[in-house]
Amino acid sequence: MPIELKMPALSPTMEEGTLAKWLVKEGDEVKSGDLLAEIETDKATMEFEAIDEGTIAQILVAEGTDNVAVGTVIAVIAGEGEDASAAKAAPAPAAKAEPKEESVAPAPAGAASETAPVPAAAASAGAAPKAAPTDKGDRIKASPLAKRIAAERGIDLAALTGSGPGGRIVKADLEGAPAGVAAPAPAAAAAPASAPAPTPTQPFTTDIPHSAEKLSNMRKTIARRLTESKQQVPHIYLTVDVQLDKLLKLRGELNGALEPQGVKLSVNDLLIKALAKALIQVPKCNVSFAGDQLISYERADISVAVSVPAGLITPIIVGADEKSVSKISTEMKELAGRAKEGKLQPHEYQGGTASLSNMGMFGIKQFEAVINPPQGMIMAIGAGEKRPYIVDDALAIATVMSATGSFDHRAIDGADGAQLMQAFKQIVENPLGLVA
Amino acid sequence: MAETSYDLIVLGSGPGGYVAAIRAAQLGLKTAIVERELLGGICLNWGCIPTKALLRSAEVYHYMQHAGAYGLKAAEISADLDAVVKRSRGVASQLNKGVTGLMKKHKIAVHMGTGKLTAPGKLEVTGDKGVETLTAKNIIVATGARARDLPFAPADGKRIWTYRHALVPTEMPKKLLVIGSGAIGIEFASFYSDMGADVTVVEMLDRLVPVEDADVSTFLEKQLKKQGMTIMTGAGVEELKATAGGVSAKIKAKDGKVESAEFSHAIVAIGIVPNTENIGLEALGVKTTKGHIDTDAMCRTNVAGLWAIGDVTAPPWLAHKAMHEAVIAAEAIAGGHPHAMDVRNIPGCTYCRPQIASVGLTEAKAKELGYEVRVGNFPFIGNGKAIALGEAEGFTKTVFDAKTGELLGAHMIGAEVTEQIQGYTIGKTAELVEDDFIGTVFPHPTLSETMHEGVLSAYGRPLHI
Repeated sequence: MPIELKMPALSPTMEEGTLAKWLVKEGDEVKSGDLLAEIETDKATMEFEAIDEGTIAQILVAEGTDNVAVGTVIAVIAGEGEDASAAKAAPAPAAKAEPKEESVAPAPAGAASETAPVPAAAASAGAAPKAAPTDKGDRIKASPLAKRIAAERGIDLAALTGSGPGGRIVKADLEGAPAGVAAPAPAAAAAPASAPAPTPTQPFTTDIPHSAEKLSNMRKTIARRLTESKQQVPHIYLTVDVQLDKLLKLRGELNGALEPQGVKLSVNDLLIKALAKALIQVPKCNVSFAGDQLISYERADISVAVSVPAGLITPIIVGADEKSVSKISTEMKELAGRAKEGKLQPHEYQGGTASLSNMGMFGIKQFEAVINPPQGMIMAIGAGEKRPYIVDDALAIATVMSATGSFDHRAIDGADGAQLMQAFKQIVENPLGLVA
Repeated sequence: MAETSYDLIVLGSGPGGYVAAIRAAQLGLKTAIVERELLGGICLNWGCIPTKALLRSAEVYHYMQHAGAYGLKAAEISADLDAVVKRSRGVASQLNKGVTGLMKKHKIAVHMGTGKLTAPGKLEVTGDKGVETLTAKNIIVATGARARDLPFAPADGKRIWTYRHALVPTEMPKKLLVIGSGAIGIEFASFYSDMGADVTVVEMLDRLVPVEDADVSTFLEKQLKKQGMTIMTGAGVEELKATAGGVSAKIKAKDGKVESAEFSHAIVAIGIVPNTENIGLEALGVKTTKGHIDTDAMCRTNVAGLWAIGDVTAPPWLAHKAMHEAVIAAEAIAGGHPHAMDVRNIPGCTYCRPQIASVGLTEAKAKELGYEVRVGNFPFIGNGKAIALGEAEGFTKTVFDAKTGELLGAHMIGAEVTEQIQGYTIGKTAELVEDDFIGTVFPHPTLSETMHEGVLSAYGRPLHI
């Protein structure tokens, strides 16, 4: 039997992706574990690995092809002893495989949360990418109505637990779900109006000498999400000046002590922890506005903006309020490293209860960041610089940074935002609390 | 005094009770069922099933009388009421035996007698053999309901009937007054009218079958009037008296005028009263609302270990609702995690001629709840099978949420719609959207094609009209 290689779903919400590059060509022999292709999703590029042996009989989707729907047959492998050219002649229609997928994961009734992790795309014809195991398996079980409502409200179905038969996500499960998590509209184009077009619909013309580059999926996602945020979320901005001297001194001491362990804390690592602690102190700011509900989080997961060659990605420090600064530092280094390689897994950058964006290293004095929905706030950190500063009624020189919180004003009142800024300032200026 | 202990005791063996017992036994619980009268309860002895048997006779009779319409000749047609009733009783009896067999098959202990809760987990059964005390960790109350009497004219079984008397008439009513136009009232009105009685239906609310969509009510009224019934809506019976030769009634019509009228018989079908008395609920402090036991989504009452299902609990008071609750309760008791039932997904069927079937919200209710709706309506006259059957009266109406494509409600009136509504119910339960219905291939020629067209019509694209 020739084996069909199908476009894998590399994240729970992935509906389509770009076949960035073939790493094999027709006639190549492959064995389990060989890398077949690079697939680009909205946020990351992942490697697609063979799990069957055989000869690549035919490549059906050329590299560089955009918007390849999950499940599309992209190549055919002839098994051992099979004639590659015969295999080539008889690729089964893609649709044929779908009922097969249906039967793959019948979760026992009421066992939604216990469902064993299914490797992504294991259900499709024998190819599972190593890079993207997901918590709940690849196929999201949801009723047609739930899928449609989720698409319209931008709810990430992968983040929900289904209460229907066999763990199926039903309409009731969507009530109160945070809206606006990156959820690409399904191929059925169910949500024509709600997703603002990220690109101008008119063809762009100019006489100015220029080059045109096709948008990467990441760029498209950034465009869409930021547009949505600015269009739908009323932002308010609150700025405080924060004296950094004590924190810098503490950082020096800590780094001295941690050096043998190979840990070097950045100011940012400390600020992540400070923000997380402030959010726990002022829980009214650790929230999501979700349609007719307000979601209050009991943990502070901080999304940290990391600039990568292709754009920007926000790896998450989960439970930053509970983690030691050295742990935050090592995690951050590791996440940022993989972010730059485009190797983050979706659960490592989707979610978070609030964000931190630091442009201090560029000498930016102060800025206002765009909220990352459905989060309720983002903290923008400016450069720490020596400024004339009043200390004990006397002019002195102090290292000061300006921090600006952007808050979703639907969910967070100005006074509550102000309290968060105050708490953040207090924590940073009395930094021993960060290591207590 | 014998004392027997079980994992579960079910009090009442109607469609709720016996199903709960079967499901519990399937799940390995040592189960007992307590029944004071007949296994199977009202539904199959005195309700759903025997009425369907009567209505079938009326239907065949109606066809015989209209044989000419089909090119056939039938002469000397007459009805033998006793034989019709006998057939109905035979059907009930067959099913009663069936339930007895099911109890045996599942090794469910049957205790015939009147049960009363004496303490949590303790039930005293008074029967022919004396008093037994049964104990169980869990007890399900499934005692059902009975007909509500008119306060000023309790049923006497001779001239003033409840459903129970109407099921076993000894004489054919010549001029029948039916008070109440819910499912029970309308079914008897339909039966007796088809059997040849002159029927008047009095409904207090402003339309027939008030729980149905208003379009269904309007259509039904027209059909029943065409069949020769007198329909009075917005009207109330103020006085009802059995006389030597019949009943005399004072009816206040919609316009406020009170008129006297004479009938040979009257059927009172103004609702039900839950059977909650004398079963020990008060002593245990079981909470009720308007007499019906309060339960949660898993059919638990406020008393630990005490459960309640069916007509003795909140509406809708339908056998299939009781059966579904029975399964939920039994599974929850056995430690499972059954899915709660959504009331909006419980279909309702009325077996008058033409039949009525519906599920979900009426158009008016959907609008009242703030839905922006898309409404479809397809008449049976556009359906080939309906015309071939000679039953082209009826329609299928759908109500969709314009925003999400959710099927909010479906309302059908016409031939065999009670057998069709399950299609919409499956779709609604599975949360299908309009595209799924539109994309479904319906067999031709069937009446069910009106279900397809009803959806197409909501989206402005019906094919056969």
